[in-house]
Amino acid sequence: MQYWAIQTLNSLALGGLLFLLAAGFSLIFGLMRIANLTHGALFMLGAYIGVSVMRQWPNLWFAALAAGAAVAIFGGLLERFILRQIGGNVLGQVLVTLGVSFIIADACLLTWGGDPIPIPTPPLLQMPVRIGSFIFPAYRLAVVGIAVVVAIALYLLMERTRLGAMIRAGVDDPQMASAVGIPVSRLFSTVFCLGAALAGAGGVIGGPILSAYPGLDADMLPLALIVVILGGAGSLLGAFVGAFITGFVYTFGVALLPDLAYVILFLPMILVIAFRPRGLFGKFAA
Amino acid sequence: MAAALRIAGLKKSFGGLPAIADVTLEVAEGERRLIIGPNGAGKTTLFNLLTGDLSRDAGSITLFGEEVARLSTWRRCHRGLARTYQIITLFPKDTLEHNVALSLLGLSRRRWSMFGRLPASFYADAREVLARVGLEKVASRPIAEVAYGEKRRVEIAMALAQKPRVLLLDEPLAGLSREERGQLKSLIAGIPRETTVVMIEHDMDTALDLADRITVLHYGRVIVEGTRAEVVADPKTREVYLGH
Repeated sequence: MQYWAIQTLNSLALGGLLFLLAAGFSLIFGLMRIANLTHGALFMLGAYIGVSVMRQWPNLWFAALAAGAAVAIFGGLLERFILRQIGGNVLGQVLVTLGVSFIIADACLLTWGGDPIPIPTPPLLQMPVRIGSFIFPAYRLAVVGIAVVVAIALYLLMERTRLGAMIRAGVDDPQMASAVGIPVSRLFSTVFCLGAALAGAGGVIGGPILSAYPGLDADMLPLALIVVILGGAGSLLGAFVGAFITGFVYTFGVALLPDLAYVILFLPMILVIAFRPRGLFGKFAA
Repeated sequence: MAAALRIAGLKKSFGGLPAIADVTLEVAEGERRLIIGPNGAGKTTLFNLLTGDLSRDAGSITLFGEEVARLSTWRRCHRGLARTYQIITLFPKDTLEHNVALSLLGLSRRRWSMFGRLPASFYADAREVLARVGLEKVASRPIAEVAYGEKRRVEIAMALAQKPRVLLLDEPLAGLSREERGQLKSLIAGIPRETTVVMIEHDMDTALDLADRITVLHYGRVIVEGTRAEVVADPKTREVYLGH
């Protein structure tokens, strides 16, 4: 029983991390209509920046904020000076993001080396937590809590603020949003920075579970893609539900049928693309 | 009267095929200009170039003396240019009043507030404009739940809420019943003269009554321009429409 409980918590923790990664990915996809293939690399870059920050100031939360800010700036520059220059060329933009992800991966390898670097769990969350007859790692519970708090904050931003109203309008119909005076190009930059910040901070928050290692980007990007396709591009609710579904399917798939883990993971995605291209809550076909 | 809109040598091609071959025209401040022409004449392309939905290949577009051809769509909107689309484009899941409030938000200097809600005054103004177009009773309904003719009026309400200096109406009467056309005609006729109106329309019976001057486009060129009587009397108009 303890085994199943732990697997469930692992699923929830992975779902929480995937939400941090995929929320921005989904919004960028929804607004700019491009799959930003640097997103996995931004997650990894955040983890490595967190490693360096924690060597100077060993505080995971501060490192997550610093990495989020640094990766947001990087994302903003990428959007402003590269993606915007080839605006309208969707295939070109996607290929550029793929190329940039390779460059980030090589730069990380060059800077931080090829060995996995563990990111320590905050001391307060190192002790296990007992709930009933089950014992859970406290940090994984904290990750689920962080994901829920971020989800609520993003929901409030999107539904209760002027900025959110503009972003939702841009996701619904960028041409019309622009025609009524909403500066859609600036929204692109804002959402790109926000998505990059979430990915960067997510890399640090995921560090105590995943570590920072070469290939982390390639491990996370397909999961983010699955989340967005399942949940639907441009939908925060979709990203939230899709992240936890993917967390469960991946964790239990690896635990129960390790040889078929990727089949179990990717098959639902293929079925969604074939029979419901908008995903569960999407605005348009991915 | 000063020119509200001045277009000179405007050109746009798609894959070598000229949609706007060479358009030069001037619309005076407060004027009602009707643009007509057969299908494929380049009317909607001309509107898309004016608003920045498409980028021009050559030529200039001046709005109240300011060159706007290099400006993005939203910046032209902030200069006082509003439009409706041939195919209705609204935010379908939102209410009528939220759609109109969004058009007010687009022009608001406070739009970047991370934490502020849409001000209540936006919704009050939105309801006022919706009342002007006869939609106050359905203001809180989602767009997806109202009739086609009502959607057309919402589009116009969104544009009017911005108090535009130049309003472009792309086939506003298309797809409407006779009664709805009459209502919309009255609505357009009631737009104050501070707003210059340029309209594309196929329903001549209705549209000719609204126009001060008429421009006939054919194959991306202006072939006739003048008052209703001048355009109707011009043999080129008959040739374009009747082929003889």
